[in-house]
Amino acid sequence: MSHVIELKSLTKQYDHVRAVDALTLDIREGEVFGLLGPNGAGKTTTILMMLGLVEPTDGEARILGINATREPLRVKQVVGYLPDDVGFYDDLTGLENLVLTARLNGQSDPEAEASARALLARVGLKDAADKKVGAYSRGMRQRLGLADTLIKRPKIIILDEPTLGIDPEGVREFLALIRTLSKEEGLTVLLSSHHLHQVQAVCDRVGIFVGGKLIAVGTVEELSATLFTEERFSVELAAEPLTDELIDRLRAVPGVAAVERTMDGVLIRASADVAAEVARTVVEAGSALTRLSRRAFGLDDIYHRYFEGRD
Amino acid sequence: MRRTLSVLFRKEVADHIHSWRFNILIALIALTALASMYTAAQSIRDVVPKLDTPLGDVSLFLKLFTASDGKLPTFVAFVGFLAPLLGLGMAFDAISSERNRGTLVRLLAQPLYRDDIILAKWFAALAVVGTFFLALGFFVMGLGLFLFGIPPTAEEVLRIVFFLLVTALYVAVWLSLAILFSIRFRQAATSVLAGIAVWLFFNLFYPMIVDLIAPISTQGTVDEVLRQIGWHQFLSRLSPVTLYQEATTILLSPDVRTLGPITVEQSVGAIPTPLPFGQSLLLIWPQVAGLVAMSVALFGISFTLFMRQDIRGR
Repeated sequence: MSHVIELKSLTKQYDHVRAVDALTLDIREGEVFGLLGPNGAGKTTTILMMLGLVEPTDGEARILGINATREPLRVKQVVGYLPDDVGFYDDLTGLENLVLTARLNGQSDPEAEASARALLARVGLKDAADKKVGAYSRGMRQRLGLADTLIKRPKIIILDEPTLGIDPEGVREFLALIRTLSKEEGLTVLLSSHHLHQVQAVCDRVGIFVGGKLIAVGTVEELSATLFTEERFSVELAAEPLTDELIDRLRAVPGVAAVERTMDGVLIRASADVAAEVARTVVEAGSALTRLSRRAFGLDDIYHRYFEGRD
Repeated sequence: MRRTLSVLFRKEVADHIHSWRFNILIALIALTALASMYTAAQSIRDVVPKLDTPLGDVSLFLKLFTASDGKLPTFVAFVGFLAPLLGLGMAFDAISSERNRGTLVRLLAQPLYRDDIILAKWFAALAVVGTFFLALGFFVMGLGLFLFGIPPTAEEVLRIVFFLLVTALYVAVWLSLAILFSIRFRQAATSVLAGIAVWLFFNLFYPMIVDLIAPISTQGTVDEVLRQIGWHQFLSRLSPVTLYQEATTILLSPDVRTLGPITVEQSVGAIPTPLPFGQSLLLIWPQVAGLVAMSVALFGISFTLFMRQDIRGR
């Protein structure tokens, strides 16, 4: 697969702050990439540099091989961008707003109207097409925003915090829509977010971005594998009686990395799924197993792990 | 015109025409202008018999714009006073409103040049204002025809058309200033206040300040007085208000032959006829160039400011 977005040691220095620090990242054609990080991590700055709207202090951003700083116009022809907190002309209808964008991208009037209507139907705003945007709900605006990024028939769409301020059901639908569009049209999607579990489901790969630095890239599984090599899984259990001898025997179970006493039981960290082994050990030791729960580490844990000790 | 520019231009023109603000401003100006026109029509009867000249030499038609019964200011005075407000009123939030609505980033994510946005705003406002003033001028002319039954001469029509164009140019200066403020200030209210402050300054205080800095004494040698007058004129011509007043005076009163001081020697033997249109135009050419320069300079500053500005955030 070829790379459609290539960032080479991209750096942005504001007066005293290094917003983006030597970011190198390749995004492949057709994938959904999640740029994850807390607020103020430099996600929006990175995106604006990709569009040529902010000039990098150092390094370069290439979109489909085009240098975004030198030829922003050519980049903007192929990239659809949905800013966070997108704004529309409230006194125009949804359709008129889309038609304006289409015309700015060189489409003729009839062509613009036809594609706007088709896209509005696609994002589920068919009935609201002729309503003024001022009367739209937040979720409707966000869907209109998606249609707005798509109307130029882009090869890449960049969505900045697309799920902000929508209710959970709306988020699910919105992300499903993005996923479908990406797969059907072969679009490359870059979305930034600080909501991990929301985007976990739709992203092919994620990059974790903190303090201007990309600290990890890969699929969610890869990330948890590299991060938690020793302790990818955890098992919590409560047993009666819980003796020290039992804890020692638990430590001896193959794959177990650590056993800690908690308020009402023990927490076992392990590199493999050891729940069945642990249960057998407890029973064989003559104790009664009163509770056992296990879980694999998800993006949330990865996120917390990375942001531990950072504010 | 670039395609993106013309698309934005069309949108801006539509915005203005549909906006309450523009229609209120237009109604205000049209009303006051027509009221002063009406009083001019009343008092114009007094102008004619006093003069012992053939009607053609009086430029009777132009008196419609410059005559007054003393109760209401003349058409020209009204337009000169209100035109800056129109310019400021139309553009004080040109960029800040886009920014506050969050539409600026979305526009800039489209394949267009950044300057297209301010150019489109400027051209659109100017086109709308220009059309309005031309329409108003022609309407007043039509009304004059109807009231007097005397058709204007070709020269009078030319003078009036140029007067209207200079007025549009004058509005353009204030438009550029308003756009500059709308880029500089994020709050529309700050921008309005700044605009009104500049307008008041040039209309009220600047003439006083010039009088203070460069007083003209009534005594002294001719050279001294002439030098004082020259300095005074130079200072007052830094204001767009002065430039506009001089330009309109020359255009609409062909009997005014010069803007500078004139000695008795020079006026001896001069035939008191109105100045031909070409000569009037020649006389105000520097004023017109000054107004254009101010517009362009303000626009240039706006442009640099806008190009460097961080476009993010509301």
